[in-house]
Amino acid sequence: MKSISPAVRVVAAPSDSTSAPSVDPTGRARDLLGVSRLTNSALTSWLHGLPGVDQVGCEGRAAGLGTRSIKTTSKAFAIDMAISMIDLTTLEGADTAGKVRGLAAKALHPDPSDPSTPSPAAVCVYGDMVATARAALGDSPINVAAVATAFPSGRALMPVKLADTRDAIAAGADEIDMVIDRGAFLSGDYLGVFREIAQVAEACVREDGSRARLKVIMETGELVTYDNVRRASWLSMLAGGDFIKTSTGKVSPAATLPVTLIMLEAVRDWRDLTGEMVGVKPAGGIRTSKDAIKFLVTVSEIAGDDWLDPFWFRFGASSLLNDLLLQRQRMRIGAYSGPDYVTDDSPSLY
Amino acid sequence: MPTNQRTATDARVDVRKTYKLYIGGKFPRSESGRSYEVLDGRGRFLANASQGSRKDARDAVVAARAAFPKWAGATAYNRGQVLYRVAEVMEGRRAQFVAEVRASEGLTERRAEAVVNAAIDRWVWYAGWTDKLAQVLGGLNPVAGPYFDISAPEPTGVVGVLAPQRSSLLGLVSVVAPVIASGNTAVVLTSELRPLPAITLSEALATSDVPGGVVNLITGRTAEVAPWIASHRDVNAIDLAGAAEAEGIAWGDLELAAAENLKRVVRPAGEGSDAVEPDWTRTPDMSRMTAFLETKTVWHPKGR
Amino acid sequence: MAKFEYAPAPESRAVVDLAPSYGLFINGEFTESQGGSAFKTVNPATEEVLSEVTDASAADVDRAVAAARRAYNGVWGRMSGADRGKYLFRIARILQERAREFAVLETLDNGKPIKESRDVDVPLAAAHFFYHAGWADKLEYAGLGTNPRAHGVVGQVIPWNFPLLMLAWKIAPALATGNTVVLKPAETTPLTALLFADVVQQADLPPGVVNIVTGAGATGQAIVDHPDIDKLAFTGSTGVGKMIARSIAGTRKKATLELGGKAANIIFEDAAIDQAVEGIVNGIFFNQGHVCCAGSRLLVQENIAEDLERRLKRRLQTLRVGDPLDKNTDVGAINSKAQLSRITELTAAGEAEGAERWDNGCELPAKGFWFRPTVFTGVSQGHRIAQEEIFGPVLSVLTFRTPQEAVAKANNTPYGLSAGVWTEKGSRILWMADQLRAGVVWANTFNKFDPTSPFGGYKESGYGREGGRHGLSAYVTTESNG
Repeated sequence: MKSISPAVRVVAAPSDSTSAPSVDPTGRARDLLGVSRLTNSALTSWLHGLPGVDQVGCEGRAAGLGTRSIKTTSKAFAIDMAISMIDLTTLEGADTAGKVRGLAAKALHPDPSDPSTPSPAAVCVYGDMVATARAALGDSPINVAAVATAFPSGRALMPVKLADTRDAIAAGADEIDMVIDRGAFLSGDYLGVFREIAQVAEACVREDGSRARLKVIMETGELVTYDNVRRASWLSMLAGGDFIKTSTGKVSPAATLPVTLIMLEAVRDWRDLTGEMVGVKPAGGIRTSKDAIKFLVTVSEIAGDDWLDPFWFRFGASSLLNDLLLQRQRMRIGAYSGPDYVTDDSPSLY
Repeated sequence: MPTNQRTATDARVDVRKTYKLYIGGKFPRSESGRSYEVLDGRGRFLANASQGSRKDARDAVVAARAAFPKWAGATAYNRGQVLYRVAEVMEGRRAQFVAEVRASEGLTERRAEAVVNAAIDRWVWYAGWTDKLAQVLGGLNPVAGPYFDISAPEPTGVVGVLAPQRSSLLGLVSVVAPVIASGNTAVVLTSELRPLPAITLSEALATSDVPGGVVNLITGRTAEVAPWIASHRDVNAIDLAGAAEAEGIAWGDLELAAAENLKRVVRPAGEGSDAVEPDWTRTPDMSRMTAFLETKTVWHPKGR
Repeated sequence: MAKFEYAPAPESRAVVDLAPSYGLFINGEFTESQGGSAFKTVNPATEEVLSEVTDASAADVDRAVAAARRAYNGVWGRMSGADRGKYLFRIARILQERAREFAVLETLDNGKPIKESRDVDVPLAAAHFFYHAGWADKLEYAGLGTNPRAHGVVGQVIPWNFPLLMLAWKIAPALATGNTVVLKPAETTPLTALLFADVVQQADLPPGVVNIVTGAGATGQAIVDHPDIDKLAFTGSTGVGKMIARSIAGTRKKATLELGGKAANIIFEDAAIDQAVEGIVNGIFFNQGHVCCAGSRLLVQENIAEDLERRLKRRLQTLRVGDPLDKNTDVGAINSKAQLSRITELTAAGEAEGAERWDNGCELPAKGFWFRPTVFTGVSQGHRIAQEEIFGPVLSVLTFRTPQEAVAKANNTPYGLSAGVWTEKGSRILWMADQLRAGVVWANTFNKFDPTSPFGGYKESGYGREGGRHGLSAYVTTESNG
C-alpha cells in the first residue's frame, strides 16, 4: 500500500504536460484503419466494427464493482487518491473573479486543519477565468483547466471554437476540456468529429511548441447508448484526445459508473492496440466519497492500476471534495465530522 | 367356419396376407426372418405378421432418430396438416379398420364401428393440438430483472411406445398420436396378439404425408422386444401402456432398464405393481403429450 | 504488489448462534435420533468444526414420514389454499428478516463467498417462498389439469452447492400445493436447513408439515425407499439420480430429478466481448463452479479465440480468491475435501490428455479446501474434462467455426441442462436457442435464476422442472384419463 503525498502527484506521470504531440492523428488513423485516405466511410466501418455493449451485462458488472467493500487503510488510500484526482470545477454564468479565487484557495489548502491533505489536480473554469485562476494558484503544481469550444453545447462555427481554445491557452491554461459536436456524431459525421478534435488538439500547441493536454467531452448523456459511448471514446482517442471525458455536467445523466466502465475498457484496449495511454475523466454527478471509491475500484479492476494516477484519471467535481474531506477527518479523528468543519467556498447563490 | 373346410364350389381361395414391419417409411421383413400367425378372438387365422426382433427395434430407433430433427423442426401448422391428412386416409380405410378391429377384439359390427369412429376422431383431436401446445404450455416468465424470459415446450426426442394389448386401434391411436403431435418420433411395439389395425395404420401413414421414420411399427412378441427399447440409450422416453396384459412382462423391470439413461417413463395404469389397460374411450387430457415434452426456457437481457 | 490493495472486509459471524450439536427436526420439534449416529460439519475454508449433526437412521426417517403423513391427513392436506399461502408468506418474511444470519451461516458451512450468499442464495430463497405463497390458493388457474390435488408426503434430497436455495426450491412448491415434506440436506451443508427448522417454528407451521432429517447417503436412500413416500424430488448428481430412478422403478412414486450438466457457453465472433467475458466468468467461477448448470465448456469461434483467451485470463487475474466471509471475495472455498480431490483428479487427467493448463496464480489460504480458477485450452470433445462434470472452478476451452458446428459440439453430451449463447445477432440467438438441447438457454447472459422461471434438464440432466407454473405440476396429481 502506497500513500499519496502531495509532492508526487500529477508530476508522477510518464510524460509531462508540456511535451509536444508525438503523433499526427490523421496519419496514425490511416495506419490503424489500413486506408490511404481517411474517409467517413472508413471511420464508420471501423467504429461500427467495435464489439457491441450489452447494456444489462455492462450495468451488472458496474453494480458488482460497486459492492466492493473498501475499508480502513484501503479507504484512506482511496480518499487521498480521489482528492488528488479532482478537477475542482466551477462553470456557472454567475462565476466571478472572487468565486474563482475562492476555488483556487480551496485547491491550495483543501483542509486548513490538516496540511497533509493532498490538493486536487486542477481547477477547471471557463476560458475568461483562466488568468484569474492561474494567478491565484501561483506556482503551485495545481493545473488550470479551461472548458472550450463553445462549451457546453458546442454549437458554434469551427473558427470560434478554435479561437476559444487559443484564448484559453494564451491565458495560461494547462489543460483544455473541449466538447464534441454531438449532432455531428449522431448524424454519422464521424469524420467531422475527428477533424474537430484534431484541429482543437493542434490549437493546444503553444507558441513555444509545448502543448496543453486535451480532454474530449463526449457528453455521454446525449449519446444515450453504450455502443455510442464506446464509438465516441475510440473516435476521440483516434483523433488525438489525451483524455476522454463523460460530460459537461450540464446534461443529465452525467458521469455514471457503467459509462465510465466502458470508457475504461476503451483506454485499456487502446493501449493494447497502440501502446499508448489515454486518460479518463468522469464529470458531473459524483458527489460522495462512496461514489468516488466505486469509480476507483472500477479503474483498478477494469483498466488496471496504471490508471490510478491523477495524470490518467480525474473526477470533474466540486462538492465531492468536501465529502472526501469529511471522510478524511472522520478517519483521522475517529468520529464523524460535520459540514461546519470543512470550508465551503461555493455555497449556493440562491 | 374354419377356412380349411371349403368345398370346390365355395368362394375362391383367398390370398393370405403376410405383413411386414414399418420402419423408416419402408416395409421391411423382420431381419430375423420370423413371422407369426395372427388369429382372431376365436382362434381363426387372420394373417401372418412379422415377428420383430431386437435388431428391428434397433433399426427403428435409428430411423426415428434420423427423422426427429425435421419432424420436431417442422412448423406446428405443418405437423397439424400432416396429422389431419392421416385422419383423412384413415377415414378412407374405415371399412378395413372396422373389420380388423372386429376380428381382433371380437366386437360386434356396431361396436367396432364406434371404436373406429372414436379412433379417427381422437387422431383429429390430437392433430389439432400441434399448434396450440406452445401457447397453452409456454409463455413469458415475469422475472425480477431486465430480461426477456420465455418458456416453451419442445419434444423430448425418440419415444418408445408399447401399444395397448387389448385396444388394438383406439388404444394404439391414444398412445401414438400424442407422441407425434407433440413433435417426437415413435418406435411402436404393437399389440402382440392384435396387430392388424396397427399394420393398417402403418399403411395409412405411408400413404399420407408423414415423413418416413416419424412412426415406426414393430409387430411381434412384446416381452422379447420391449426390454431392448427400454434399455436403448438413444431412446428418450417410453410409454409402458402395453405392459398391461402382455405376457412375460413386469413393467417395473422395463422402468428399471429405462432408468439407465433417465428416460421419461409413462407407467401403465393400475395400482402398485399391477398394470391394467385403462378405458380408452374416456376423453383424453394433455398428459400423454406433456409427458414427452421438455420445457425449454430462454433468457435474454433487454437493453438499448 | 498492486497499488490499490483492498483491506480485509470480513462480515461478522456474531450474528450466527451455533449449537454444539443438532438433533432431527421431526413433528415440529428437535428430537434425538433413534439408533442414528452423529457426524461433524466443518467450515471448508478453515477446516474448523462448526457443529455436530445427526446421521439419521431408517427408524428416524420412518418417524419423520409418519409425522408428515399425520400432518398431511390431519391438517395440511385439508387446509384452505389461502391459509397455506399465509404460512408461506410468513416464512418468506422471516427469511428476509433473518437474511444476514442465513447468509453468514451458509457461507460458514458451504464456503461460498458472502457476497453470493447475501446477494443470491438468501434473497432468491425468500423470493421462492413469496412466489409460491401466492400460488397456494390459485392452483386451479395454473393450467395443470382438472382438480389439482397434492400427492401427500414428499421426500426431498438436496445438494450442498446451494443448500438454502435448493431447500426453498423444494419446500416452497411442495407446501404451496398442499404436500407435507421430509427433507434431507446434504451431508456437508446441513446447518441452514436446521436453521430453517427454527423459521418453521417461528412461523407456527403445524407440526409435521416440514421435517428435516440430516444424514448421508443411507439416510437419503431410506427416504427414497420409504413405502409411504408419494413423491420424490432430488437435486444432485446424475449417478445418484439414476439410483433413485432405479429404486422407484415399478412403484407408483413420482419423481423429479435435477441432475448434472456440462453446459456449453458459446461465444460468437460478434459477441459483446466484454460482457461475454463476464458471462464466462460468472458461468464457471460463480459459486466455485459448484453449479450443475455451470458453463464449463467454453465454445469459442476460432477466429476470436486467441483474443478472447487473452481477455479472459486478464480478467481472471482480478478474481479475488480467499476468505469467504470477506465481502470482496469472488471465489470461495471448495466445499469438501472429497470434492477437492475429484477436481484435482480430473484436472490432472486434463493435463495428461494434453490440454494446456493455466491458472490465475493467486495465493491460497494455508488451511481449508482451495482450488485456483483454472482454464484449459486446446481441449477437444474427447477429453474427460470436456465430457465429465468437474463441479469446480475449471473451464475447458474448445473452438468452433460455424453455428452448426457449435450446436453439434454443444449437444454432443448425455447431459442437457443449460447452455449459453453470445452474439449480437438476434436471429442467430433464436436459431441457436431452437437447436440447443438444453432446458435453459441463456443468451447474452448466464446463471440467472428466478422463481417464475422453470429450470430443469433434458436427457441425463434429469426430468421435471422447478420454478414457475411448470414447477407446480410436479407436486400435484390431476384427474387423468390416460
